[in-house]
Amino acid sequence: MARKLLLEHINVPGIHTFDVYRKQGGYRSVEKALKSMSPDDVVEEVKKSGLRGRGGAGFPTGMKWSFLAKPEGKARYLVCNADESEPGTFKDRYLMTYIPHALIEGMIVSSFALGAKTSYIYVRGEMMPQIRILEKAIDEAKNAGFLGKNILGSGYDLELYVQPGGGAYICGEETALIESLEGKRGNPRIKPPFPAISGVWGCPTVVNNVESIAAVVPIINDGGDEYAKVGIGRSTGTKLISASGNLNKPGVYEIELGLPVEEFIYSDEYCGGIANGKRLKAVVAGGSSVPILPANLVLKTVSGESRLMSYESLAEGGFQSGSMMGSGGFIAFDEDQCIVRNTWNFSRFYHHESCGQCSPCREGTGWMEKVLHRLEYGHGKMSDIDLLVDVSKKIEGNTICPLGDAAAWPVASAIRHFRDEFEWHVSNPKEAMERNYGIGNYADPLPANEVPVAN
Amino acid sequence: MSEKVKVTIDGITVEVEPGISILNAARQIGGEVVPPAMCYYSKLEGSGGKCRTCLVKVSKGSEKDPRPMPKLVASCRTGVMDGMEVQNITSPEVIEARKGVVEMLLINHPLDCPICDQAGECHLQDLSYEHGLAKTRYDFERRTFEKIDIGDKIQLHMTRCILCYRCVYVADQITGNRVHGVLGRGDASEISTYIEKAIDNDFSGNVIDVCPVGALTDRTFRFKNRVWFTKPVDAHRDCPTCKGKVTLWYKGEEVLRVTGRKDQFGEVEDFICNTCRFDTKKTSEWVIEGPRNIANTSVISANHYETLRPLPVIQNDPILIEANKVEFERATKI
Repeated sequence: MARKLLLEHINVPGIHTFDVYRKQGGYRSVEKALKSMSPDDVVEEVKKSGLRGRGGAGFPTGMKWSFLAKPEGKARYLVCNADESEPGTFKDRYLMTYIPHALIEGMIVSSFALGAKTSYIYVRGEMMPQIRILEKAIDEAKNAGFLGKNILGSGYDLELYVQPGGGAYICGEETALIESLEGKRGNPRIKPPFPAISGVWGCPTVVNNVESIAAVVPIINDGGDEYAKVGIGRSTGTKLISASGNLNKPGVYEIELGLPVEEFIYSDEYCGGIANGKRLKAVVAGGSSVPILPANLVLKTVSGESRLMSYESLAEGGFQSGSMMGSGGFIAFDEDQCIVRNTWNFSRFYHHESCGQCSPCREGTGWMEKVLHRLEYGHGKMSDIDLLVDVSKKIEGNTICPLGDAAAWPVASAIRHFRDEFEWHVSNPKEAMERNYGIGNYADPLPANEVPVAN
Repeated sequence: MSEKVKVTIDGITVEVEPGISILNAARQIGGEVVPPAMCYYSKLEGSGGKCRTCLVKVSKGSEKDPRPMPKLVASCRTGVMDGMEVQNITSPEVIEARKGVVEMLLINHPLDCPICDQAGECHLQDLSYEHGLAKTRYDFERRTFEKIDIGDKIQLHMTRCILCYRCVYVADQITGNRVHGVLGRGDASEISTYIEKAIDNDFSGNVIDVCPVGALTDRTFRFKNRVWFTKPVDAHRDCPTCKGKVTLWYKGEEVLRVTGRKDQFGEVEDFICNTCRFDTKKTSEWVIEGPRNIANTSVISANHYETLRPLPVIQNDPILIEANKVEFERATKI
């Protein structure tokens, strides 16, 4: 059994309450940080740990913290991004529901490290139960003296607030989140200036994912070096993976980074294989916005090595044959799933969630959705496939925030790897309405040392 | 002057004030290297960055850090650095991206130019002539909206809107009470006033001037005439609320409409008040200054035969320059 850092005590009854959490060794890191460490020491530990942002981009958290501007006489803020709404990702919700104090504890330590006197947890509006759980947890922590004025007699004050969002995916983008937190329309800001210089109300701000903040707790407890020993290479520590799709045991798993993808899917400790004895066709490895990969490419890289669950290994092969770690939304598709339908579904989501601020994303996401809808429902044209590739290229990289890229990649990658299936949908529209394309050659072993057909 | 920074745009080096945007540096050079801008408006704070037509490639970040920027950047919101090298029309990547943006802007635009009051002075029209395709690849139903009258002077035709947010900034920064904003999300978002409330403000008419397309039009000018049949004349009056410097658009003896004075980038010099714009349309109320200079490339100048500079053949020959001096002075006097 691999080591668990975040979900170690998840099965202890009543772990969501302060008393049980405290009995299991909770809030040790707050005591340690506030009593024996300076804020810079905490930042240094996090830097040493090599912790990378768990929200999707994988930017080193310690580095992000050290970029925070510290002008005199200006407040600094820590904002926790709990606006988790990517299709296929539900790890933060799980963490907040079952072990909310891990987040609160992480928030206190992180706020202390950044010198923030007020911190916010921006929770997606649909997660009302989690908002109540968090508010209760904050009250409990406050009663125990871990929040409020003069925490543990260290002279450090911290107020923690939970801010419900309106339920927009775009508000998970850090600058849109800041706009929304300020009470404005959630449009991403144009960067620079980055939030580290000018964020909430023009003050320096750090925005971190729930899991990144919770991961600060074991880092402070055990030390950054100890944390860095877990994992592989530059992907240190553990990661929560929300596995869904046609798996025997879908759910949230904490894995040590560097676990082979094959083991994650097929071992009984994790997902337990594909449901109903079917075969794996494709995998979206990190939430809907990352490129989709066919079964053969997700288990092995082009060079024939087995693919690992780590930032580097999943990205190996670039956009040609790789994917990304993303936010850890692992979606598996069995042989009976239709990739065209799935791509349409994803692009429908991005069409719906585009904020409408910049033109390529506003118009392009809708266009792609309509074309994909046409393909899926059997009145597509052969030229539509190239049109989709072209439109996705016109969106990618030309938008203010990464939502444009996130909308373009799944479409471009699905066509790159599953072009046969798209063409089959055009050439056999009637059949496509009645049955699925099946597994095709997507699970066949890769030709030795040769790049697969990448149109 | 040592504080100025050097920027090279498409091989042309210019010294500019530090901190200004690439777009403004390009405007100092002028001509073809100026990226088109649909949403940026120099007089409105915070505007720009939205339409993505002004994308340029930064092939060298600065003298200190010569790395190129990884993505194309919006020139209107990216500041210049010393030694920066920018590619606009010399980069095929930029041209390709701009084509894409223009196509995106046009897929839901009704292209009803023949009945649109903005035709002839529409930025989107210019842009699509320059970068657009002759044929659309979009074969779905276009997005349409009902026309809305915002008060008795302004009409909003949301179908034509490209969501540049300029009017939102005008409503926010120039008029006192903000009752105007964007509703909805994605391609369903629309410019609107609070429950269709009329914009009731002395300066609300400026939303017409800043609109790059025909989404916000002057109801007092609606369907009166095509802009290229009218003659622009600069005039001023003693106005208690604004500077009173305007352009009158004549057809024969009659003033058909009054607008702010727009420069070559389509930006007004001064915002004008609603009294000047809508209610003073008699020649006797104005002091005429002279004809408005409109760019030769504009369709409004189509019937004007002014040659502002000597012909190229003359320019290169000192003898011919001397011989044509009187002729040239007479031509430019008008």
